[in-house]
Amino acid sequence: MTHLLDSLSEFQIFLLITIVKVVVVLVITLTAVAYTVLLERKLIGRMQNRWGPSRVGPFGLLQPLADGIKLFLKEDLTPLATEKPLFLIAPIIALTCALISVATVPFGAMHRVVVNGKANADIFQIADINVGLLVILGITSIGVYGIALSGWASNNKFALLGSLRATAQVISYELALGLSLVGVVLRAGSLRLRDIVDVQSTHGLLSWNILGGFAREPDGHGVVGWTVVGGFQLLAFFIYLMAAYAETNRSPFDLPEAESELVAGYHTEYSSMKFAMFFMAEYANMITVSCVATLLFFGGASSPLGHLLPDNFGGPILAAIFPILWFVAKIFCFLFLYIWVRSTLPRFRYDQLMDFGWKFLLPVAMANIVATSLVLALRG
Amino acid sequence: MVPIAWYLILAAILFSTGVASFLIKRNVVTIFMSIELMLNAVNLTFVAFAHMWHQVNGQIFVFFVMVVAAAEAAVGLAIIIAIFRTRSTLNVDQINLMKS
Amino acid sequence: MELALFIIFGLIAVAGALNFLFQRHPINSALSLVTVMMSLAVLYWSLGAEFLAAAQVIVYSGAIMVLFVFVIMLLNAGEEERTTGSRMAYIAGFPGAAAIFCLLSFVFLTERKALGNANIGGYLNNFTSNISEISTVLFTKLLLPFEVTSVLILVAILGAVVLARKEQ
Repeated sequence: MTHLLDSLSEFQIFLLITIVKVVVVLVITLTAVAYTVLLERKLIGRMQNRWGPSRVGPFGLLQPLADGIKLFLKEDLTPLATEKPLFLIAPIIALTCALISVATVPFGAMHRVVVNGKANADIFQIADINVGLLVILGITSIGVYGIALSGWASNNKFALLGSLRATAQVISYELALGLSLVGVVLRAGSLRLRDIVDVQSTHGLLSWNILGGFAREPDGHGVVGWTVVGGFQLLAFFIYLMAAYAETNRSPFDLPEAESELVAGYHTEYSSMKFAMFFMAEYANMITVSCVATLLFFGGASSPLGHLLPDNFGGPILAAIFPILWFVAKIFCFLFLYIWVRSTLPRFRYDQLMDFGWKFLLPVAMANIVATSLVLALRG
Repeated sequence: MVPIAWYLILAAILFSTGVASFLIKRNVVTIFMSIELMLNAVNLTFVAFAHMWHQVNGQIFVFFVMVVAAAEAAVGLAIIIAIFRTRSTLNVDQINLMKS
Repeated sequence: MELALFIIFGLIAVAGALNFLFQRHPINSALSLVTVMMSLAVLYWSLGAEFLAAAQVIVYSGAIMVLFVFVIMLLNAGEEERTTGSRMAYIAGFPGAAAIFCLLSFVFLTERKALGNANIGGYLNNFTSNISEISTVLFTKLLLPFEVTSVLILVAILGAVVLARKEQ
């Protein structure tokens, strides 16, 4: 084994490590997607005073497996009047775009591995990109093609209406989404996700952007004290959350697939694995959005306790695992919120949705940018 | 190591494809899209020259081109929708009257 | 590495552009244009313009082209028919475009030595980041044009609203 590693060049080792990372992250994400579906069914069941799936396996834990087998074995129908190539490619675009953005997310604290002194790579992040945040936004904005094309290619009026709604909704809310993140970027002074997390990880909970983003810094007179570094982004977080719910077409903004009006919206004509791809894309998008919210507003993989818990608590292995646990816990909270909102709020009307996005979220997001940059400018 | 000239030739190919489709296409939306293709080709030359001169000015010019293209797309598509509403066609050969 | 990137994505861009030219249906043309834009984004990145690569994906493929696809879907545009006007364009169009291409390629190939070579990431590896560099120039030397573009966008929004609104 060591002989084999010795013979590889730096680039080959880098490639090898990257492929391993991609496979591991992909498997974990897809499993997480499957179990998010189960979580949703269970939680909504409890909130509606019933049990939810409980027959397959202990506590219904094998239900995702059964669902997967069911979808896989169903007949793959392609209606006659569809645009075949686009009909096929639409779910693939949707799922790929939903999964790719996970590549830029740092899951844990930076841990570089050096393979026989040649290559070093961060094992808790697939790609450390300078403009990581923009890459995530870009991939999200490509994802809308999947929905738009599925509606067009289905040659079905419900599907077309659903996809028109989805396209208009996603374009409108993308503005508010992008602008709500500017405040965070201003504070960090970087679009690299690792940097954005790092400025929030100095003092645990207090340094998170959502809770004030405090830092101990010398002020103008050289006195070290607590200062808010333009990180009070509660409003921005609210805007982000609303826009993200609209971007992922989730309740209360699930108009593109409003079953009482549009049958199933853009995926009316889809069945079997193609439907499963849309289904997985929706939940993968939820996870991505939760990851971004965690990174930008909740300090990513940093611990809420800050330095109360020493950095090397419990040895090197535990110290590497703890950040991942924090990260997963934060994402779980967001997924819980998603499901909670779905079972609580009724659906918006279409004009209400557009009014809310353009006349409320967008101006408030702009005001937030002005306020944040004022605070930063006054601080010097 | 790729010669800058290759990037420029790629841009030339894209630009001339844009010109050809601008002349051949009969659909207003497609004609409009071929303008976008030509703009993209020009952007590539700007980025290549910015790389060659080690300056960001070319990149900033591309940024401005993108802004103008976005504004242009918004207005142009609004015009296309207005045309379609009165003529119910997108064929440029049938849009030949100033008044309907 | 850079050569491979250039060849792969350059070929994809050319294929997308030709597909754009030969497809009859507007939505197929739109999608091939998206392919061209995405591969151009990769080429921008390989030339060291990370910010532009991201902006290309977000603005061009993610906003402008989605708008095009949206309009095509909304107007339910079918396949275009060939008319006499387009035959004239065939006669004048292809030779004209070919002439432009030949002229440009000739100039570029004769100046090939002077143009030099491109290295991956370019000179930017030594700098902090491409974005800070761009923004420094944009907000100091080119502040006025930058502000004027915001007015331009405002005018465009108003114009689009006025044009697309149903007349009462």
